[in-house]
Amino acid sequence: MTRRHTVGAHYGLRDWLAQRLTALVMAAYTLLLLGVALWNGGIDHSLWTALFGNGAFRLASFVFMVALAWHAWVGMRNIFMDYVKPVAVRLTLQALTIGVLVAYLGWTIQILWGVRP
Amino acid sequence: MKERPVYLDLPRIRLPLPGFVSFLHRFSGAVMFAFGIPLLLAGVGASLASPESYAALKSAFAHPLAKLVLVGFVWAYLHHFFAGIRHLLLDLHVGADLASARRSSAVAGLLAIALTLVVGARLW
Repeated sequence: MTRRHTVGAHYGLRDWLAQRLTALVMAAYTLLLLGVALWNGGIDHSLWTALFGNGAFRLASFVFMVALAWHAWVGMRNIFMDYVKPVAVRLTLQALTIGVLVAYLGWTIQILWGVRP
Repeated sequence: MKERPVYLDLPRIRLPLPGFVSFLHRFSGAVMFAFGIPLLLAGVGASLASPESYAALKSAFAHPLAKLVLVGFVWAYLHHFFAGIRHLLLDLHVGADLASARRSSAVAGLLAIALTLVVGARLW
């Protein structure tokens, strides 16, 4: 038995919920892309570029990547909290994770809305 | 406050099947975070940059090693997908008793392997 002191009242419910909601967002996008592929009997270059030429699909892709970044943050943080005990190392890894995820999102924006000559 | 019991000596833990599937859920997630996302972005970026880079990407995937890596990430995604859906169902108290939980872990793990084999067969 563990008796917790109920101070702070922040035991990760929000992270837990965000992890699940972002999972549903990503599952929906995955099924959408799978549906497009099955409906058209595969995806070739013209369909692929037409798909990403569509503003709504680009937005959906961006929402997917934001959900992925948030989801990955919760998951990686959970792994670090379980296995990396020294606080300095853990905080460094967590900070690096956030930096990498923000970079992934910047890269995503470049791909989706980058100026192509 | 009492010390909470913690036992995370990884090499000595004998995991039951649900634990093993759960471990693979974490493992696949971490691998996708570190390697899968950058490769995905590089691939999508190349596929959209120009018709030439699209063709170059396509011919790069003709290499068996590239196919093997792709199949590896397909498995990671599928395993994470099905093990994740299983966790969502468990959250809703669906199949939370021991027998069902053991069965569903086998179903999630095998479904991911089976679909990975289907994708692999189509790639080759």
